[in-house]
Amino acid sequence: MRPEAIEVMRPYLDGMYANPAGAHRFARQARQAIDEARDEIAAVLGCAAGEVIFTGGGTEADNAAILGAVRRSGGVAVCPAAEHHAVLHCVEHVSGVVVGTDQFGAVDMAALERVLTDESIDVSVVSVMAVNNEVGTITPLREVSRLVRKHRPDALLHSDAVQAACWLDLREVTSLVDSLSLSSHKFGGPKGVGVLTMRAGRHVEPLILGGGQERDRRSGTHNVAGIVATARALAITDTERPSEVARLDVLGARLSSGITAAIDDAITTVPRERRVPGVVHMCFPGVENEALLFLLDESDVCASAASACASGAMEPSHVLAAMGVERALAHGALRMSIGHSTTDADIDRAIDVVVAAVRHLRSR
Amino acid sequence: MKVLVAMSGGVDSSVAAAELLAAGHQVVGVTMRLWGGESDTGCCSVSDVDDARRVAQQLGIDHLVFNFSDDFDRHVVDPYVRAHVEGLTPNPCIECNRHLKFDRLSERARLLGFDAVASGHHAQIEVDDFGKRRVTRAVDEAKDQSYVVHMIAGDELDYTLFPVGSMTKEQVRAKATALGLRTAAKPDSQDVCFISRTGGRESFLGKRIPFRPASVVDTAGNVAGRVEAIELVTIGQRKGLGLPGGAPKQYVVGVDTNEARVTIGDEALLFTNAMRVADVTWAHTTDADRLRVTADVLVQSSAHGAATPAVVAIDDDNTVRVTWVEPQRRVAPGQSVVFYDVTNRYVLGGGVACAD
Repeated sequence: MRPEAIEVMRPYLDGMYANPAGAHRFARQARQAIDEARDEIAAVLGCAAGEVIFTGGGTEADNAAILGAVRRSGGVAVCPAAEHHAVLHCVEHVSGVVVGTDQFGAVDMAALERVLTDESIDVSVVSVMAVNNEVGTITPLREVSRLVRKHRPDALLHSDAVQAACWLDLREVTSLVDSLSLSSHKFGGPKGVGVLTMRAGRHVEPLILGGGQERDRRSGTHNVAGIVATARALAITDTERPSEVARLDVLGARLSSGITAAIDDAITTVPRERRVPGVVHMCFPGVENEALLFLLDESDVCASAASACASGAMEPSHVLAAMGVERALAHGALRMSIGHSTTDADIDRAIDVVVAAVRHLRSR
Repeated sequence: MKVLVAMSGGVDSSVAAAELLAAGHQVVGVTMRLWGGESDTGCCSVSDVDDARRVAQQLGIDHLVFNFSDDFDRHVVDPYVRAHVEGLTPNPCIECNRHLKFDRLSERARLLGFDAVASGHHAQIEVDDFGKRRVTRAVDEAKDQSYVVHMIAGDELDYTLFPVGSMTKEQVRAKATALGLRTAAKPDSQDVCFISRTGGRESFLGKRIPFRPASVVDTAGNVAGRVEAIELVTIGQRKGLGLPGGAPKQYVVGVDTNEARVTIGDEALLFTNAMRVADVTWAHTTDADRLRVTADVLVQSSAHGAATPAVVAIDDDNTVRVTWVEPQRRVAPGQSVVFYDVTNRYVLGGGVACAD
């Protein structure tokens, strides 16, 4: 977590512990903290404070948008095949339509347009991620927005922007969609806090019923400390974004070129201009990433490969499958993420360790 | 040594890890994720992985999960299904040991710089009178699993550790209790991990292959009954054959998948003087030569069956002809057959029973 975010949440775990829904002075303090946090987040997102809904995480926010839209209007949910499971499994759960992607995992615009112009499909919600969480590909959301507005002006256009917060100007993302979701721990806030925006005039059925918090859109006692920390972390992320994007773009490019310089058949999954700086995804033919991750871990380099199942086992990546990457090559996939705490020296070390590990695994 | 211990989430592998740690080794636990489909039994469910991880945490060792589900499908599940189509009675747990634990996993362990792979099997690896390392019966005879790990051979014998093979099950549980391990009282797993307790083998196979009905005939060829799925019929079976009640006991003595015909007969017909065993792995390549000279062995053909005296001879096609000293009940084709030395202590090798 960002130290500033830890700092601001501390009082709300200690002295200011009241439930903001209460009717006493301490409750009013907590209530004020949430109001201010909401203003701060709305400013970063370029929306009205009333359009910000706090949730228990990014997954819940995606569920709330997609399932909520289908429950309100019926109809069919649509998303691309490389979405995060938080979206994909919702769309599949309501028997929605999953469209293909291009070779970098961005939605196939022609395929999307075919669904949007198919009169037999009553599209009620389209969910397209802003940035792919696994390979870092940036979706051309402007084009997606144009297509959806043109063909399905009544459908809810949702975007899972969880992976975008550090890299894209969220005001622009907000302006292109009806709703978006954020996850606090992706930008230095605490785990278990998410944000869903909902454009004024758009409505979905609430996922969680109860005390009517968040204007009846998401019941449950507010996580005051988490919300306050989320606002702080997002504000800092927003301020630092231009310089961090420039700095990490250089570091990320150096990481991938440093590895490919030493391992000439290493494949850079998504070219620099199509991805965010924070995700460097590569594939090493003939290498098994479970073995690679073990060796990296032994050398204190923490990376990942794909999402894990309940047992903790690595699952074959559905994102790479959607991109048309062969299963054998996908077994050699490595996802390296860099961020605000990454230094120049970290990149040097990561290059050395990854190169040595891949060479070792290939020497046998 | 740096040891990778296969942890299923059961008490034996929990204690195996603890024993290795107590002996001063650098230990890492691993649970293999093998079966991706539905199941409520066996050794790779999420709650078993949880148990393995929690035990590892308790012992203060790292715990990994390796996803070998593709290999498991290829080497265990698909052959299991094919074997039923061919009228065989396969032993998937042995194929899992052969292809996953003592091949895929040990290969991965070598790659990652481990000096040995360990498991919680009740078996030992000892040096026999001829100076050869061999899979050896466990101290706890009732729990002995040398039969299911009989295929460990050659270099693999030097790379494998069975830390609980020298302990009785009672000692294992007592050790787990003394260490406060959460698996101390966990029941032994009995079932094939990919077959659910509710649906059973029939439901599993029914989703994968079309069942073929078959007529049940006596040895004279008279139709006596009918089965809905010849794929589920095993030599020696006497229930579920559609036979009228009250008649003398009749057993399956022949399964002909080509003709869709099951032959039944008296128990005496189940007895035979000989059988043939294919796909034999010898613990050492020189064992086959030695057996050409001294061919007296003990033969075990089920996990907890008795080892029975026989004479074996290796034929030119490398199959093994087993001649029983006393006539024995026939072994269902597809079952694993393991050869022990005459002292009933060391595994010489093993293979798979052939159809006649």
